[in-house]
Amino acid sequence: MAASWCVVHGAWRTRPAPRRSPLNVYLALVRRELGGAFNSLTGFVVVAVVLLLTGYSLTDIIGKLNGGADDRPVVEMFYQSAYFWLILLPVTPVITMRSFAAEKATGTYEALMTTPVGDLQVVLAKFTGALLFFLLTWLPLLAVLAVLRQVTKEPAFLEPRATFGAFLGLTLMGSLLLSMGCLASALTRSQIIAAMLSFLMGVGLWVVSLRPEATAADGDVLGRVADHVSMMRHMGDFARGVVDSRHVVFYVSGTVLFLFLTTRVVESRKWK
Amino acid sequence: MDDVPMIEVRDLTKRYPGRTAVDGLSFSVGRGEVVGFLGPNGAGKSTTMRILASFMPATSGTARVAGFDVFHQADEVRRRIGYMPENNPIHLDMRVREFLKFRARLKGLGWRRSRERVDTVLQQCGLMDVQKRIIGQLSKGFRQRVGLADALVHEPDLIILDEPTIGLDPHQIRAVRTLIKQLGERHTVLLSTHILSEVEMTCSRVLIMNRGRILAADTPQNLERHLSLDGQVVAEIAATPAAVREAFCDVPEIERMDLSAVEGEYTRLALTSKDGQDLRVVVSELVRANGWTLRELTRSRHSLEDIFVHLTKARKEDA
Repeated sequence: MAASWCVVHGAWRTRPAPRRSPLNVYLALVRRELGGAFNSLTGFVVVAVVLLLTGYSLTDIIGKLNGGADDRPVVEMFYQSAYFWLILLPVTPVITMRSFAAEKATGTYEALMTTPVGDLQVVLAKFTGALLFFLLTWLPLLAVLAVLRQVTKEPAFLEPRATFGAFLGLTLMGSLLLSMGCLASALTRSQIIAAMLSFLMGVGLWVVSLRPEATAADGDVLGRVADHVSMMRHMGDFARGVVDSRHVVFYVSGTVLFLFLTTRVVESRKWK
Repeated sequence: MDDVPMIEVRDLTKRYPGRTAVDGLSFSVGRGEVVGFLGPNGAGKSTTMRILASFMPATSGTARVAGFDVFHQADEVRRRIGYMPENNPIHLDMRVREFLKFRARLKGLGWRRSRERVDTVLQQCGLMDVQKRIIGQLSKGFRQRVGLADALVHEPDLIILDEPTIGLDPHQIRAVRTLIKQLGERHTVLLSTHILSEVEMTCSRVLIMNRGRILAADTPQNLERHLSLDGQVVAEIAATPAAVREAFCDVPEIERMDLSAVEGEYTRLALTSKDGQDLRVVVSELVRANGWTLRELTRSRHSLEDIFVHLTKARKEDA
């Protein structure tokens, strides 16, 4: 085989190197990320925990509604409850902790980074995979609301404006928290450290929301900044169906910043 | 482009804080060669390979693969190499075929081409029967073959294998070696190992490395020939030591002669030649001329292992 190959071609020659559009490589990576989430037990555990807590919190809210009337849509009540944050803040680090840390620990990171794939492509693919998985875990919530609406014949359970706003808010907020998680995961080879680091960042941002609302008249700059980045206030608006462009810009720019930092961390192996 | 060596490394140095892993390394590998990197653990083999696979940059010096700089033209280099890192890291949760298809896509193959190539490498590496199994459930030998199939899937010009047979049982090692030999027929192969018999069996050229430097570079046969100057010829002759000494003392090719009486009134003669030439003919002629009986005549050849231990030990002592 070799002899004939050499004779036919006369000499060793360079074979044409394969080339493919960056988008296809990106999609292959995203598919792998999603597949990886469901190939492990972690993925199913996350989905199960989110489902359980969502179900429990809605039961609780309905129980409270039985005690007295409330004008707010159920979705808004849910997002303003402590349950929502109890689900959101720990779940995002668990989703992203695998992204880079697990690959570094098993060595597949080296195998990945020696293929003709760009650093940015890898970061974006890992982020997209995490975001899609995150949204997937929240999908059952829609089904739960639909069932409630069907049973109670109460349109407030799946009010389109509030539902759209809530899911948009969820996507934006999830993006920011997941991009923080990607950064944490890129910084270390330990999944536990990655999860703790991103949980701390998320909780740090959330704690700011606990400050009492500041008013422009207060003149307290810190207070107004805290008010501006308050995730609880943002989510309140989104759940009412109010899409404030300031909130969107805040989350999109935050996500871009953390993804940029992640890319720099991934690139940093070239500086050492 | 075809006249350019597949690998060209000049004064390559890689320093880590407090340690120099690769120290002014220079070598080149021509197209179609199967070259073995031989060295003890920590010799700098893996670091050199990682640099060549453009995973990390060198501190100084240059390395080119197929004429492309591994740092500045990393993408071009990566398209042309199939790299299997140390310990063969692969996604254990994926199925064999699924994994190879994913890797083929990453390496730039289209849908149709990746399917064709995956079929070919599955066949080539003897993985057809396990293609639908989860990699984590396969034996280490099969996993290693999956790693090799991954390195091959995009038909690279250069295949870099870091310790491809580590942790395998003898049967698996033999199978993987046969596979590597076959690869050498169509690809340039650079492999690292600290198992000497491996390079003797699979490589056309050996680079012996220690403490980040190349100590010797040649074919396994030449290394044995050049470096085994002190190869001895041992004979057991039915004669007294004095008689044997008298017969052999005038032979100019002999540098050193050791005599000792052994059981059965034989004399054991150990000769070292001056320029590494084979003294067996001289011994047999003299024995015949004297009418003695000869019951043993052997040449103790220095294996690559001796050379390796000799070279790396000498270095340690220098240090």
